[in-house]
Amino acid sequence: MAYDYKPYPYRRAPGLTAPEPRHKVLIVGAGPIGLAMAIELANHGVRSVVIDDNDVVSVGSRAICWSKRALEVLDRLGDVGARAVAKGVTWKVGRTRHHEAEVYAFDLLPEAGHKMPAFVNLQQYYVEEYLIDEALRRPEIEIRFKNRVVGLDQSTDHATARIETPDGAYELEADWLIACDGARSPVREMMGLAFEGVLFEERFLIADIEMTADFPPERWFWFEPTFHPGQSALLHKQPDNIYRIDLQLGWDTDPEVERKPERIVPRIEKVVGDRKFRLDWSSIYTFQCRRLDSFLHGRVIFAGDSAHVVSPFGARGGNGGLQDVDALGWRLAAVVRGDAPGASLAAYDRERTFGADENILNSSRTTRFMTPADGIERLFRDQVLRLAGQVPFARTLVNSGRLSVPCTYALTGADDPALPLAARPGSVAPDAPLGEAWLLDRLGREPVLLAIGRAAPKGVTVPVLELAAEGWVRARYLGGAGAALYLIRPDQIVAARWQDADAATIADAVRAMWEGRE
Amino acid sequence: MSLTLQPNFQDADGFYAALLATHKGLSEAESAALNARLILILANHVGEKATLDEALKAARATG
Ligand SMILES: Cc1cc2nc3c(=O)[nH]c(=O)nc-3n(C[C@H](O)[C@H](O)[C@H](O)COP(=O)(O)OP(=O)(O)OC[C@H]3O[C@@H](n4cnc5c(N)ncnc54)[C@H](O)[C@@H]3O)c2cc1C
Repeated sequence: MAYDYKPYPYRRAPGLTAPEPRHKVLIVGAGPIGLAMAIELANHGVRSVVIDDNDVVSVGSRAICWSKRALEVLDRLGDVGARAVAKGVTWKVGRTRHHEAEVYAFDLLPEAGHKMPAFVNLQQYYVEEYLIDEALRRPEIEIRFKNRVVGLDQSTDHATARIETPDGAYELEADWLIACDGARSPVREMMGLAFEGVLFEERFLIADIEMTADFPPERWFWFEPTFHPGQSALLHKQPDNIYRIDLQLGWDTDPEVERKPERIVPRIEKVVGDRKFRLDWSSIYTFQCRRLDSFLHGRVIFAGDSAHVVSPFGARGGNGGLQDVDALGWRLAAVVRGDAPGASLAAYDRERTFGADENILNSSRTTRFMTPADGIERLFRDQVLRLAGQVPFARTLVNSGRLSVPCTYALTGADDPALPLAARPGSVAPDAPLGEAWLLDRLGREPVLLAIGRAAPKGVTVPVLELAAEGWVRARYLGGAGAALYLIRPDQIVAARWQDADAATIADAVRAMWEGRE
Repeated sequence: MSLTLQPNFQDADGFYAALLATHKGLSEAESAALNARLILILANHVGEKATLDEALKAARATG
């Protein structure tokens, strides 16, 4: 059935009557990133005000593929992760076809022993609904709907936003302003910041249809399907019998013409045959890959689409934004509490511009492959596809989207190369089952020292989690080694690891982590 | 240096003749497509990134 958009209640802002005391954190934008940011800060005991110019969740499904890492981030925001998995369509197999023949199939999570699946498909409006439900339960968070930022000023120790509401305008001061106001970011515009990158000269039709069909929960991608000659197509299942269809249209099509249902419906009929369907939502879009040079501008911090945009085919927009939340929350909370210097936020900028670059690189390469320029690009692309149907190696070159996986930050924390590569410093701590529970659930809001197959050295000042050297823990954290110590950051990133270290060495690694030392 | 630009063919004349024979009877477009496939096949066989990077550079530099 169609999603029921319920407006959230608007309330008159106190600032309309009298100046409000300066807030700790003002978050502009109640999209997935702004909402997740508020809850993550609340997790760390930090209060925030979230304002949004609208009063409903995302119009249209937009982001539908949520990655394992994004689900792990959501899983620490109350019940959001659990609800997303329960409602979403879990999938891990993707099939890529050229004409009608399969040229390549992948299985994203071939290993067991993770709490979260590789991907679930769930419309963005559900994710936002769950985030709003959770945020409204948190005493640290105040959401103000129908409040629009129209002006911005900042000094060395705070930012001032001018906000318009149905009842008039007011000003709000905050120590920190987090701009989560989306790809067109008015905050970015008001600050006159350049948003450098590329626009790909291609147009896509994206449509959600409601249809009863027995398609398996898999990602189906076609290059040059017979039903849509010369272009590409994607079919992907969502809950509520909704299917996402993407059709490449070509740069020379007229978006105003293509937007009309009488154009869209026959195109979809060619994909789904004579099955009955209802058009739920559609949009025509072009791809862009851009990012801000820096995500930190004094007291204004950018996160999510306001900081970086990618083309959708690697599902790296929303997923990448949630990793911004993860990298910023614990650091900003420490700065607000006075436990870490403001300069430590440079590490957020360093890590997430690095992450954004990786997402942009992957997403640009996919787009290049899907929409080759005429001439040699097209020639190589077509020959890769031709080979891929016949010889195995060419399948590795077929690129219909390298789906979102977290990057490994370039950390300088101690490493012991005898331990498994996938758990090296800068990586997300791999999950593992611990009896009925999961390792990631046992990591808290604080840094943790994992002592695996051994005791922690005496005098360690961070919380210690001792784990037996067995099963998935052994495989993912020890490899051939007998024992190890892992320092895990509050965002579940491995900060440093040793087979043996004394308390002073570990204390220094903990300090380096809080300082965001390079 | 992992890419050799020194003579390395077992039978240089034989390879050259075979290359031309492989293209025999193809249109210009078909030949271009065959060349593209051939590059991809050979590149995968080489595999090693450093060697491939050097080969790309050498090809560009000698043009
Ligand atoms: C067709 C499509 C498919 C996609 N598919 C995927 C996918 O499968 N997986 C994935 O991970 N990502 C996907 N994305 C990307 C994903 O939708 C975005 O990355 C995500 O919405 C970014 O969240 P955000 O919170 O940063 O911004 P937004 O969701 O854009 O939220 C910004 C919020 O700020 C508010 N706002 C704007 N201006 C103001 C103002 N002046 N004052 C107050 N509030 C303001 C807006 O109302 C909005 O609520 C897709 C995007 C599109 C368009």
